Amino acid sequence: MPDASPQVAFIQDKLGAKVVDIRSAQGDDVLILNRAGLRDSFLLLKQEPQLDLDFLSDITAVDYWEKKEPRFEVVYQILSRKKRQRLRIRVPVPENDPAVESLTPIWRGANFLEREVWDLYGIRFIDHPDLRRILLYDEFQGFPLRKDYPVNLCQPRVPERKVEGTFVDERSANKLLRLKKTLGIKN
Amino acid sequence: MKADNQDLPVDIMELQMGPSHPATHGTVKFNLKLEGEKVLDCDVELGFLHRGFDKSCEQATWTQVIPYTDRLNYASSLINNVGYALAVEKLIGAETPPRCQYIRVIISELARIFDHLTCCGMAASELGAITVGFYMIEARELITRIIENLTGARLTVTYVRIGGVKHDLPQDFAECVTQTFKTVRRLMDDCDRLLSRNRIFLDRMSNVGVISQETALSYCLSGPLLRSTGVEYDVRKTFPYLVYDQLDFEVPVGSKGDNYDRFLCRVGEIEQSMKIVEQAVAKLPVGPVWIDDPRFVLPEKEKVYGSIEGLMHHFKIIMEGIQVPAGETYFAVEGGNGELGFYIVSEGGGRPYRLRVRPPCFIAMGAFPEMIKGYMIADIIPTFGMINMIGGECDR
Repeated sequence: MPDASPQVAFIQDKLGAKVVDIRSAQGDDVLILNRAGLRDSFLLLKQEPQLDLDFLSDITAVDYWEKKEPRFEVVYQILSRKKRQRLRIRVPVPENDPAVESLTPIWRGANFLEREVWDLYGIRFIDHPDLRRILLYDEFQGFPLRKDYPVNLCQPRVPERKVEGTFVDERSANKLLRLKKTLGIKN
Repeated sequence: MKADNQDLPVDIMELQMGPSHPATHGTVKFNLKLEGEKVLDCDVELGFLHRGFDKSCEQATWTQVIPYTDRLNYASSLINNVGYALAVEKLIGAETPPRCQYIRVIISELARIFDHLTCCGMAASELGAITVGFYMIEARELITRIIENLTGARLTVTYVRIGGVKHDLPQDFAECVTQTFKTVRRLMDDCDRLLSRNRIFLDRMSNVGVISQETALSYCLSGPLLRSTGVEYDVRKTFPYLVYDQLDFEVPVGSKGDNYDRFLCRVGEIEQSMKIVEQAVAKLPVGPVWIDDPRFVLPEKEKVYGSIEGLMHHFKIIMEGIQVPAGETYFAVEGGNGELGFYIVSEGGGRPYRLRVRPPCFIAMGAFPEMIKGYMIADIIPTFGMINMIGGECDR
């Protein structure tokens, strides 16, 4: 293991057993955290004045299917604007229970980022206020960024959703029916 | 309904705005809850332009990803190119020659001017200032001509390569920039006179879409949206990359965090970007624009067509892709709309294992309901316009 930077050494001192491992990759500080008590760990990192890691930059996930155990890793990028430090936090998540605590109570911007991870990887975020699909549609089956999701898989087209209270002019449907009848198209 | 409300009683109306609305230049849908014309709640529906950028990148070689990055924020495709190339170079551990770094700064700033002109021009014309819209499009057209002269394409440029840029600047580049900036400055002065004290424009923009500093930070906003609240966070200053630390420029910040501040920040940044380009062109060192490393750089065409070694070298790079060592890295540049980060995981070999983009306008759309709540439905147009949501980047 390369020499830990003062930032990482300080965090390890503070968080203790929650830190699984510390790494340094291409000059970036990387921290591998236990998913138990994750929100408290982030709260500490944010509020500790010596670290001042108050800006959440990004949340994403990586699928190490058949390469690593546990299978998923949720990756957080946080930074301190004043100290000019970045920190990457990786949280391993097993396949049988893909869930981590949501960071939305700490950073409200985590809402959309976590929804995207749920949408594309199927990792649940506990206590998330509104965990719905965001980039894909509700009828979509499966999680496309998982490595076992085939690239070329086509999903059937979904019928038009009936939205309650939506105004539809029935005559437009009749017109379409008439047109189909004259052209001899069934359905 | 509050009991003390003296107005006529109104029901809460649900209105779906979009996904194809003439004033939301981008496919996005707002599910609004309205009380009269007041927005009570807004739910943003994204993903109409989702095409699986991340999944596509995992199938492509490292070089083939560059055209995909063009299509993220197509108003500033050069910045996306630069950001991606820098992220891969960080993983490789390569540093490009000084001339290449200066060229990258120049093209990033040209793209930033392009981006801000698009955003401000469109936002102004949506508020009725069509003249300003056309003036800014004219200025943008002049910038586009520089880009076209340089790269051969107008929008999806694919100019940057891993380890360098496609080719050197054209002979008349410096002259071209001087001429163009003269006209752009004149046009910006005209726009300033038309807008900055315009009563209609001010009424629509100032004190609309206000967001406080704490809220902006909590929503992870970056770029002009965050700076308009007074937070001085610019990746070029906080985490300097390329040669930004050797150039003299300021970062315009606002104070109120309303739409007018965002507009002023963007207009201020156009001027600063022009200053950066002029400095960089003046300081431009001579030398190669590629790193000297045959593992990542294609051989010269004479070698490819004249020798078997050259042909094999070319074939290996094209077919197998450049070999990037295993590892992971995150690299962020200042894009037109904020921090544009690339998180890359490599397992070794010719293709990325995972490639993630931190899309600034996707995150900004998360804060949109907060910005618009309590304002009128007509205020959606300038607020959304100043976010500058680009579907290609937001939905990927």
